[in-house]
Amino acid sequence: MTNNIADIDNCQTLFVIGSNTTEQHPVIGTRMRRAVRRGAKLILADPRAVDLASIATLYVRQRPGTDIALLNGMAHIILKEGLEDKEFVAQRTEGFDEWRKVIETYTPARVSEITGIAVDDLFTAARLYAGNKPSTIFYAMGITQHTVGHNNVLTIANLALLTGNIGKPGAGVDPLRGQNNVQGSCDVGALPAFYTGYQRVADEAARAKFENAWGTKLPSKPGLVVGEMMRAARDGTVKAMWIVGENVAMSDPDSKHVVEAMNKLDFLVVSELFMTETAQLADVVLPAASFAEKDGTFSNTERRVQRVRKAIEPIGECRTDWQAVCEVAKRVSGFKLQVESNLKPETWNYEAAEQIMQEIASVTPSYAGITYARIDKKGLQWPIPTKDHPGTPILHTEKFTRGKGLFSPVEHQEPAENPDAQFPFTLTTGRILQHYHTRSLTGRVAGLDQLAPEERVELHPDDAARLGVNDGDWLRVSSRRGQVEARAWVTDRVGHGVVFMTFHYADALTNALTNTAVDPVAKIPELKVCAVKVEKK
Amino acid sequence: MPINLTINGNTIQAREGETVLQAARANGVHIPTLCYHADLSPVGACRLCVVEVEKMRGLIAACTLPVAEGMVVQTHTPKIVEERKFVLEMLLTDHPNDCMICEADGGCELQDAVYEYQVAWSDHKGKRHSYPVGADQNPFVFTDFNKCILCTRCVRACAEIQGRNVWGVANRGFNDKIVAGADVSMLEAGCEQCGACAAYCPTGSLTDKPSRGKGRAHQFSKVRTTCVYCGVGCNFDFNVRDGKIVKVTSARDAYVNGMALCVKGRYGYEFIHHPDRLTKPLIKKDGKFVESSWDEALDLVAEKLAQHRGDEFAFLASAKATNEENYLFQKFTRAVMGTNSVDHCARL
Repeated sequence: MTNNIADIDNCQTLFVIGSNTTEQHPVIGTRMRRAVRRGAKLILADPRAVDLASIATLYVRQRPGTDIALLNGMAHIILKEGLEDKEFVAQRTEGFDEWRKVIETYTPARVSEITGIAVDDLFTAARLYAGNKPSTIFYAMGITQHTVGHNNVLTIANLALLTGNIGKPGAGVDPLRGQNNVQGSCDVGALPAFYTGYQRVADEAARAKFENAWGTKLPSKPGLVVGEMMRAARDGTVKAMWIVGENVAMSDPDSKHVVEAMNKLDFLVVSELFMTETAQLADVVLPAASFAEKDGTFSNTERRVQRVRKAIEPIGECRTDWQAVCEVAKRVSGFKLQVESNLKPETWNYEAAEQIMQEIASVTPSYAGITYARIDKKGLQWPIPTKDHPGTPILHTEKFTRGKGLFSPVEHQEPAENPDAQFPFTLTTGRILQHYHTRSLTGRVAGLDQLAPEERVELHPDDAARLGVNDGDWLRVSSRRGQVEARAWVTDRVGHGVVFMTFHYADALTNALTNTAVDPVAKIPELKVCAVKVEKK
Repeated sequence: MPINLTINGNTIQAREGETVLQAARANGVHIPTLCYHADLSPVGACRLCVVEVEKMRGLIAACTLPVAEGMVVQTHTPKIVEERKFVLEMLLTDHPNDCMICEADGGCELQDAVYEYQVAWSDHKGKRHSYPVGADQNPFVFTDFNKCILCTRCVRACAEIQGRNVWGVANRGFNDKIVAGADVSMLEAGCEQCGACAAYCPTGSLTDKPSRGKGRAHQFSKVRTTCVYCGVGCNFDFNVRDGKIVKVTSARDAYVNGMALCVKGRYGYEFIHHPDRLTKPLIKKDGKFVESSWDEALDLVAEKLAQHRGDEFAFLASAKATNEENYLFQKFTRAVMGTNSVDHCARL
């Protein structure tokens, strides 16, 4: 998020696109509801009339995969009506004229045709976002999990630049990060192309810095992302894997092929709390301590690094993941010592999580100012360049990371797999309030399972009538990759021709259906759009 | 412009818009309250916070009285103390005398006030409410409206904190009662089970169901931590007893979320002590998992991984793990295994 969570209190217009906030980020959702309560305007754009639709000033239902057209169309209207922030565009941006040429082609009539949104609603959305300022855009996986995910995000940035809705209280671009520590995992370099703080593996100076810090030579070639790892495992080029706390056999697209890939490995070690679908495929399973059993930090969606504190001793013989990786590192280094003398097992003798954070701070400019003492009560928002820096609630207040904000001309592009005669429905996927991902945690909380015991396929009443399906009837949903059976929830939350399913339930493995087609830049799979057939079972 | 007023003979300064209650508390003067909560809009319903103000008639609720220049306030005159005792006596005429087994014992604001003012429970012969105990069939919030004092903190918490309007007040007079929706079940009324109503309830009327009977406030040690579910990063307190997580309580000073939590954050901790937890390393032998020692498992992992150094190895790190752990995962992958193939579920 460019802005902090509490900054929602300063928004006059909230533009939520591709985020089911009250279910996926529930406490941010409560802040949005409070904002509407005090009179802020809320625009919701989503193929599903998710919970926020009930309090939205304007709800628009775009056809899945048409966000670029919608956002370009709003920009078109903003320009036509002179609602842009001319001063901001002149002083803080570049590339405007090139971009404008593309925007001119996104007339309301054309955009309405592509997205299925009424022309009047396009005008209302544009006028609210550009006219009732400050405005903040909130988005999540509904924007990113597309083959055009990267371009979707650029289009959002374009709209913010055009209206000057960035770098000020109440005005920002706020991607809502999913997992508790997905922000932090990225920050500390659990990415194939980046060391900590987004320092590039391909950058020689950065590599030299880490070689010096860690006392060893480092590979220069960027590594594989998850989807590539799966393909490489299937092809036999990746032969050994260590998976920590992820249930890829259920959470990743085209699960049949993921399981095949895992089975093909020479060696798979999985660190887990429970015997998940993925752990079952392992050669060795290491019992991991839960977050209640260890010290450390998580970084939330607003870049706030906060403490995790050990409340109880590890259950049974569980160990923390950091202890396990240190032990393995020491042992592998021991084997290696026979050939390479520059790797020292003793560098893996960490005594406490705090000592690891000190090392992170020493090699990561944006985390440099962090100490456990400083983040004890409220955490700190990075960048925190020095030990006396107060942290950064709002980014880009004076200038952007690259200097000027760049308008990026982006064209609408259809999803990788659109409905056709054989697979006439669009499947879009997500989560619900009561569960998290593959339910390895929430499925073991009896009350949560009582609230949401099984998969329900959201199906529009008109489609249900055509298929002769009543609420609660069993459906068979199939795609080019697999099929799944689950009960129908007949509801106009979804539009015509669209069905929604979660990927929570092992007995209704939605990711058996989904498409592995990825965005060429971000390599994120298009989990929000694939073509399926829906039949009454 | 600061406003000058006198409380119990001491001149203090307050900010414009503050109430007498806020000004008093900010200056260390304790005034008892029940319906008041600093997070919620004041309603002046319980009348426990009454004060006397020179040149104003009668006793006035401090929680809804704005400060004014030159105001002269008394908070503990005999008349005020009598009034507070009367308020508490009246509440007790329709309140069960079962503190010994009440879930709220030790964390009950009514109990605290009754204790402070030394009001005896009397065997009142008039009408009493008799609502079915624990009647609402939701999984997480236990309802016992016999203990309700109609302070409406649940109503306001649901509306103002959670942004829902599940709770309301039905009927008039003695028949006043707190209802979900149009007197339906909580779930039917659209309750999301965030538990804010229970967190704000000053008595044992609304309490957390999963932790009933599992310990009292004084038996817990509290450990502040960050939630493991989504990216909002809510903070809460684990309540620990005998080495077990017994419940989660929200805290006003949690910077990101205050008292607000969602159903998973407040009630989703049962997995920690679930019997399914893996507690020993497992090695697959002839297609079956066999328990092993850590040393055996670690030696095997190291031996196998050492055979696949370089791009034959890939590490799938975890967005559920800590920063410290993820840092070591990528350091291990790069520095020890000699490949940059480390990633996590950022795209899923």
